[in-house]
This record gives sequence, C-alpha cells and structure tokens, in this order.
Amino acid sequence: MMAQEQERGPDQGADLLSLYQEIILDHGKSPRNAGAVEHHTCKSDGKNPMCGDKVCVTAAVDDSGAITDIRFDGKGCAISIASASMMTEAVKGLTAEDAAKVFAGVRTLCTEEVEPDQVRAELGPELGGRIDRLVALSGVRQFPVRVKCATLPWHTLMACLEGRDSATSERSSAAQKSA
Amino acid sequence: MTVTALAADAKAPRPFDIDSVRADFPILSREIHGKPLVYLDSAASAQKPQAVIDVLRYQYEHEYANVHRGAYWLSETLTGKYEAARETVRAFLNARSDREIVFTKGATEAINLVAATFGQSLGEGDEIVITGLEHHSNIVPWQLLRDQTGAVLKVVPVAPDGDVPLHDIEAAITDKTKLVAVAHVSNVLGTILPVKDIAKAAHAVGAKVLLDGCQAVVHQTVDVQDLDCDFYAFSAHKLYGPNGIGVLYGKEDLLDAMPPYQGGGDMISTVTFERSEWAELPAKFEAGTPPIVPAVGLGAAIDYLTSFDSEARMAHEHAVLRHGMQRLGDIDGLTLVGTCANKTSAISFVLEGAHPHDLATILDRSGICVRAGHHCAQPLMDAYGLTATVRASVGMYTTSQEFDVLAAALEKAKELLL
Repeated sequence: MMAQEQERGPDQGADLLSLYQEIILDHGKSPRNAGAVEHHTCKSDGKNPMCGDKVCVTAAVDDSGAITDIRFDGKGCAISIASASMMTEAVKGLTAEDAAKVFAGVRTLCTEEVEPDQVRAELGPELGGRIDRLVALSGVRQFPVRVKCATLPWHTLMACLEGRDSATSERSSAAQKSA
Repeated sequence: MTVTALAADAKAPRPFDIDSVRADFPILSREIHGKPLVYLDSAASAQKPQAVIDVLRYQYEHEYANVHRGAYWLSETLTGKYEAARETVRAFLNARSDREIVFTKGATEAINLVAATFGQSLGEGDEIVITGLEHHSNIVPWQLLRDQTGAVLKVVPVAPDGDVPLHDIEAAITDKTKLVAVAHVSNVLGTILPVKDIAKAAHAVGAKVLLDGCQAVVHQTVDVQDLDCDFYAFSAHKLYGPNGIGVLYGKEDLLDAMPPYQGGGDMISTVTFERSEWAELPAKFEAGTPPIVPAVGLGAAIDYLTSFDSEARMAHEHAVLRHGMQRLGDIDGLTLVGTCANKTSAISFVLEGAHPHDLATILDRSGICVRAGHHCAQPLMDAYGLTATVRASVGMYTTSQEFDVLAAALEKAKELLL
C-alpha cells in the first residue's frame, strides 16, 4: 500500500485540496447549529477514542417523528466539525429513518469510489438533494484514517435518534464498513 | 558479515556522525508521497538500524528453535543468545544481576506485571502515588489495582510549564504510601522527572518506586542502582529494537517475594496436579515461549546504541531539540506545550485555529510523520484544557534540518487551513 501511495507521485497537493475544500473549511471555522437544543427530546455524546475528539448531538423530534431542531457541540478537527455542521443542515425535517439513509449515502461517499450522482439516485428524488454539500466530505476517501472524523457526528446522531446516550467512531450500525 | 563479526565491531568505539548514523537506518532513505521521509515520531516507535534488522533475519534464517528446552545445538545456541541479550540489558541498566531482568512483551506488560503481583501486597487505604503526566499504561493498571484492593490513587499535578516539582511529589508521599509509580521522562512533554530524589522520598517512608523508563532509556543514561528504583520498565521498540518485547527490572529480593504473574511452561520447576513449584528468577515471570528473537534483537539494538559515544549522541539529540523548540516557537499562533528546562526528546504544540489531526494529515503529505492526538495521556491533555496536541519527537537520527522542513510545512498548512 505504501508503494502504491508512493507511486501516486508528486501530485500530493491535489488530494489535500480535495480534503480541505472551501466549504469544509468554512463549516469547520464557522459551524452552523452549534450548541445545544434547549428543549431536546434526545441527546448523545460521541467520541473518537483514537484522538479524543468529542461531539454532543441534541435533537428535538416531534410526534410525527420528524427532526424539528438539531444542534451539536464539540471539539474536533476541521473534518469532524464541518461534517457535524453540514449534517445538522442536511437532516433537519427528516425522520430518523430518512436520516439513516442520508448517513448511508454519506458513508458511501466517504469510503467508496462512487460518483455523487449515483448516490443521489440511490437516495431518490426526495433525499438526493440533501447530500449536495456533503459531497465535499468525499475527499476523505484518500485519507483512510480520517474517515472516522467525518462519520463520528453521524454515528452520534444515529445513537441519539435510537435513544442511546453515547456513540464512538468505532461503532456503526449493521453495515460496518471501514468507517 | 556474520553476526559475530557485527557484535565484535559494535564493541569498537564509534564517533557520533549523523550522516553515518542515518545511513544505518534503511527506512530513512525512502520517500513518502514523493517527499523525503521526515520521521518525527520516534517517541511512539523508533526506526530500526540495519544491525537490528540483520540480526532478526539471521536468527530466523540460520538459528531458530525454541529456548530452554531442546537438547540440541540449535536450541542451545539460541538459548545462549536469548540469555546473552538479558546480560546485555543488565549491563545497559547496570542491574546487579541478570536475575533482575524479566523479559515481557512490552513496558505495558511490565507495569501490569508489577500491579498484578507486587500489587497483591496492597490493602485498603494504602496509597499509590503517580503524577499528572503519566501515560495510560502507568495509570490504568493502578486504577484496576485500586478497585481490587481499596488502595488510594494519588495524582501529583503537573505545573503549567510541564514540570512536576519535587516538593509536590514529596508532599504527596505519606506513611500510607506503598508505591510511587512515575515516568522517568514524559512521552508528551519530554519532562525529565527527578527520579533519584523521588526514590529517596519514597524509601524514607518504606514505599517502593516504579519508573516507566520508555522514553528515558532512549535519551538518558540509566543506572538502576544509582537511581535506587525498585522497578524499571521499558519497551524495545522505542529503543531502535523490535516490537513485541520489553523489560521489567526489579530488585531481586522483591521479585523473589512476589507471586508469579502468569502460569505456564518455563515458569515452574515441578508440576503435579496437587501443586507446582516456581522456577528461579527470572524464569518465574516468563511463562510460555518468550519473544525469543525479539529479545536477541533488543540485545542488538542496545549494542548498536551503546557502540556510540553516548555523550556525543545525547548532545546531538539535545541540540536538535533546542533547534526544534526555537523554530517552532517562532511560528505565529503556535504554542509549545511543556517548556520546562529539564526536558528532552519531545516537543508538543498546538497551532491556533488548526486541529492537530488536520495538521498531521497535511504534514504527512509533505513526508513528515508526527503524532497527533492525546498520546495515551488524556488526563494530561485535560489538565492543559486540550483534547490533542501535535508531537514531534527526536531520535538519534533526527536532524535540525528536519525541524526546518517541519516549520516550513506548518507555515504552508496555515495557508491551507487558516
């Protein structure tokens, strides 16, 4: 694997620029929906044991099952904060089930060599548009150790919506991929 | 060249010439992402010189069998080398006897061994004193022991500059103290603790002293008799040796009095279904087939390290450290974590607005390996109000120029991130 990486040659700047795209840096520096939902119906703490990063997700879910409000609080790298920030924007108004589908799409983007349009198509017309900004996270593909940074907020959201009070970057739902 | 010839050469004094040292470490000539490797993570694990790699390969190719068992030439030969490695370690630490040198799978196991055996002598209310800068491997075993025995774990806080003042440690040691377990050198901050004085203070109340020497053996001259410590633990892989092996030094009378750690082959003299009798030291603590070839590799690593003029080697490492502190300290927005004078080998820092993991990823693309994270010292991070730092650490092969490369790459990372 090292040999392959070496063979990728002197173009090492390009994948860094794809990882740290403008939108990632923007959300990383100025996260949206930071803080806690005052009247939340669920709350979960997530942590990445490898680096000690933490994220706390609070959400309010109404009687119809829709996420009416969601916020996050945490310390982390640009990737995890940007992912959390964009996540809160992407899942507001969705049910837990649909949020899980969006997460599945995000995880595919982060771990597999797929075209964003394919992921959009799989999510269908209603959810497909939710991943527009999240496509920027796909830069982590070239950085396997950083995939967990991108997925930690999502694991924490899933735990939150499922009523678990904690999550780690090591734990995912049934489909445990490299993320 | 045969291994015997290599060993003979190793005894000849060798001047510390950085270019020839670097040439001894094959990995240092490779590139990462098209850039020359700048390896600044020796505190996590050090690279291996050709002399160590050759020995490992030679053993597996030419002289491999189990030890302490076979009445045949191969086994006898390797047993001889395994025990010779123990003698090499004894001399390296200046222990009185090779009976005091126990091979473990690493420093973590060495500390756990003491917790599981010596620890059985502790009871409710007995105190274990550690410091705020300990590695998890010198915290968690004592928490487990505390929970089993009702002992009390006392933590001496770290000062803002990374020092742990001796008088604070002395003040924490009381008549109830049974063990003082501290790092000789901090893996995060590089702080050198005054372990000889700590041992004096501990012994004054009858307590024993365990030193986590993982970082210290690499950068200091360690004499366990002079330090008068009761236990000393280190790992080979940070000392330019193979991984999978470490050392517990223990004073012979203590090791003799301690119960065995694990049961199995090699650690017994006789076994019946009714009862068993333990083997003599150090075999009593080496149940099962030990890491045979790694032990021989550790011996080769110590031979390699000690083949150099140690004053010159340490002076080089210190000069590189000072240069690194200077270069990094000059970067706008960068804060050094751990700046006290009694410091060696490791530089931790944070850069305002840039998370350590983002920095490590970006630096990696410039061929630079640094550690980012909590360094297995979360309580220390908490004390500084941090979740993570970047750590650049110095090995014998590290150059000042590599810190120039790091400083330049950090400036470029700022352009990308900030």
